[in-house]
Amino acid sequence: MAETMQFDLVSPERRLASVQAREVRIPGADGDLTAMPGHAALITTLRPGILTVVAADGGSVDYAVTGGFAEISAEGVTVLAERGLPKAEVTAALHAQLVAEARAARDAAPQNLVDDAAKLLADMEALGTHIGL
Amino acid sequence: MPSLKDLKNRIASVKNTRKITKAMQMVSAAKLRRAQDAAVSARPYAERMTAVMTGLAASVGTSDSAPRLLSGTGSDQTHLLVVMTAERGLCGGFNSTIVRLARHRINELLAAGKTVKILTVGKKGREQLKREYGKLFVGHVDLTEVKRVGYENAQAIARDILGRFEAGEFDVATLYYNRFQSVISQIPTPRQIIPAQFEAEAVATAGYDYEPGEEAILADLLPRAVATQVFTALLENGASEQGARMSAMDSATRNAGEMIDKLTIQYNRSRQAAITKELIEIISGAEAL
Repeated sequence: MAETMQFDLVSPERRLASVQAREVRIPGADGDLTAMPGHAALITTLRPGILTVVAADGGSVDYAVTGGFAEISAEGVTVLAERGLPKAEVTAALHAQLVAEARAARDAAPQNLVDDAAKLLADMEALGTHIGL
Repeated sequence: MPSLKDLKNRIASVKNTRKITKAMQMVSAAKLRRAQDAAVSARPYAERMTAVMTGLAASVGTSDSAPRLLSGTGSDQTHLLVVMTAERGLCGGFNSTIVRLARHRINELLAAGKTVKILTVGKKGREQLKREYGKLFVGHVDLTEVKRVGYENAQAIARDILGRFEAGEFDVATLYYNRFQSVISQIPTPRQIIPAQFEAEAVATAGYDYEPGEEAILADLLPRAVATQVFTALLENGASEQGARMSAMDSATRNAGEMIDKLTIQYNRSRQAAITKELIEIISGAEAL
């Protein structure tokens, strides 16, 4: 089994990261999961959360992502995040803005979608707790 | 016959014009490079998105429970045309070619008895279409204030389109924009976004597990795919606009140069003629004595 795999974090505007990784911890919509080299092919949607990449040398980088999806194959992981940025760059103000957006989405959602939007809001708020703001 | 003074003024003014068009050409060359960079960096996301969507659409597309964004509303009575043009002119045929394509399509649809709705992005297209089809307008997106098109702009447009779709305002949505081929060639292109259409490329996503289910993912991704497509179109359009402006300004600069040459020759000839005339007058005056 390969020791490392290719990890790509891509936003609509540009490629944010492209590194060799030993493991990637992904905040999946149905629960967190860790992908390592040789993982079964899987496509999962993301919830807002912390995505951790453990690089080949053992150092790890945390990214805050706000949603999107991840494509996992035996050779690598590609995360398509609508917004993804290093955890250190998330400020309280930015987080407040994200929460406000999610709240607006919940308020605007039709009744049958309220649950989904409420979950999005809860996840978004929890993101702040994880970062420790 | 214009006087020498007139000619001189004329040459000076054409020279000024040439300076302006030359400057505009250089500015758009710089902007073009930036726009091309943006388009290139946005490509990985769009490509992965399309690949995943193609795979999903292939496996879910035929079932009855497929999302309406993919399968359509079952009718094609009402069409929404999203016409994307520039906010500014002086870019050759850039705006007119899109408008011409859209107008052709509108007339075709109207002749077939369909209902047409128009949403414009960019001031120039609105100005050109408003005169003829003012009643068909449902909205306009103004990007005048936007210096650099970002994903948020595309998202806002996509939200607007999706909201209208949810409200049952139309059945089919098509984007009209210029696809960037090279500096001298931009191709006006229609692209249907709702119901979603994916080129049947080799399906690379076969054998994937989906979490949650395929349809849940599809329902989540389809709106994102719309935003991605709008974003791609915006970027292509941006690059095309700068390309078109660059070549338009290049030929304007060249034309100004030719005009200056022609006027200078005319100026020199009239000057020479005036000198000759004066000499003749002096000589014949002296001979008469």
